[in-house]
Amino acid sequence: MPQFLEHSGTSWKGQKVKHDQSLIDRLDPRLRVVLVTLFAFATVLSHNFIVLTVAVIAGFLLAILAQLNVKRTLRRVIAMDMFMIFLIILLPFTTPGETWFTLFGLSASKDGFLHALMILLKAHAVVLSLLALVGTISATTLGHALAHLRVPDKLVHLMLFTVRYLEVIGQEYKRMRRAMQARAFVLRTDMHTWRSIGYLIGMLLVHSLERSERIMDAMKCRGYKGQFYLFDDMRMGREDYRFIAIFVPFLCILTGLNFI
Amino acid sequence: MSEQNAIIKVTGLSYRYPRRGVVLDSVDFALHAGERVALTGPNGAGKTTLLHLLVGLKKAKAGDIWAFGESRSEEKQFIDVRARAGFLFQDPDDQLFCPTVLEDVAFGPLNLGKSREEALKIASETLASLGMEGFEERITHQLSGGEKRMITLASVLAMEPEVLLLDEPSNALDSDARQRLIDTLLGLPQAMIIISHDPDFIAQLATREVRLEDAKLRAVNLTEPQRVTA
Repeated sequence: MPQFLEHSGTSWKGQKVKHDQSLIDRLDPRLRVVLVTLFAFATVLSHNFIVLTVAVIAGFLLAILAQLNVKRTLRRVIAMDMFMIFLIILLPFTTPGETWFTLFGLSASKDGFLHALMILLKAHAVVLSLLALVGTISATTLGHALAHLRVPDKLVHLMLFTVRYLEVIGQEYKRMRRAMQARAFVLRTDMHTWRSIGYLIGMLLVHSLERSERIMDAMKCRGYKGQFYLFDDMRMGREDYRFIAIFVPFLCILTGLNFI
Repeated sequence: MSEQNAIIKVTGLSYRYPRRGVVLDSVDFALHAGERVALTGPNGAGKTTLLHLLVGLKKAKAGDIWAFGESRSEEKQFIDVRARAGFLFQDPDDQLFCPTVLEDVAFGPLNLGKSREEALKIASETLASLGMEGFEERITHQLSGGEKRMITLASVLAMEPEVLLLDEPSNALDSDARQRLIDTLLGLPQAMIIISHDPDFIAQLATREVRLEDAKLRAVNLTEPQRVTA
């Protein structure tokens, strides 16, 4: 994979722009997708604190192995925490059970708190492992890996086209936005602002739709008959098998801990 | 010239848009081997529409289209036309939809049933022939305007078309990129229809000029002094 592909405008990768290939980078993308899916299921389906703690530690280890950039990763994890925070606050008050403490006449249950804690651990374990294993694959490669894994073509195409045109549509937005600014448009809380922003979003949709039609035409002109072709052969190497040999028993232990 | 040696020939071709009204009113046109025809006319005259009709992207309201020795009226028949006529779109971003240059150039040959190895070989060779070697792994939306134009040309030429339909190819190119495009096009053997608003571009390239105005297609006087003969 060439370097400039790794950090395009649509890159989501959590590593430094320039970084050495980590152990994780050398693994087959398909393997990473499959293993992280298994890991996520093993984690999410568990109700055991020991299992979840081990899973979070495993997530951290994977993140270290993948040489994730601390700042980028932290930003992503915090973004997720923003979604979680209300859940964590509300759950103790909404779950029935033994009263733990009362606040403004509302009783918080211990069960609810434990439940919230469990969700928090699960989320962090899964997000960290995802960022480490899948977040280090470029969007294009991930699309190809999914295609190799027999994910329905339509979904893969949807993803690859999104990757390709996100930037183009983003630029279109910026261009129109700048054109508005050039005519002294400033955001205010009045009807004019709301209407203008409405027009902007509407035009963006119209432009995107028209562009998609032109793209379809251009593809037809080059003989497109509803099929795409994948170029990269993905092969499993010795390192892949070694990783499996460590990771799969770990998953078994993780699942087994539930029953002890 | 007789019908036999016209590569593309249209008679009585008409098209109208619901709101824009009639843009083509019983237009006759023929493209012969070796010609580079400039198609000019004001904005919105229907120049792009005419090219789209030729490859069946839009359906004519009336008229006949002959291409490569056969009458073409249905989608099925146009699939073959599109394989043999290379269409260069106005906006390169519409054409370059693959993440990498090599994939994009190989897309056409693959659609024509070439094997992967063949398609990749053709793609690399085409890029090299346009002086764009080393661009194979570049990501398409990060290219400059001139580079995008050359890559789209490569992606069209990789299909080894017999005719080229160029929709404002020199749009938004700086003078260097523009001259490079002209030189490249002059070196190609294919007959071409070139939509352009750029008089110098036309003067350097075209063997004749037709002008679309008020839904009618007229030949432009060929005896203008600066015109280059093929």
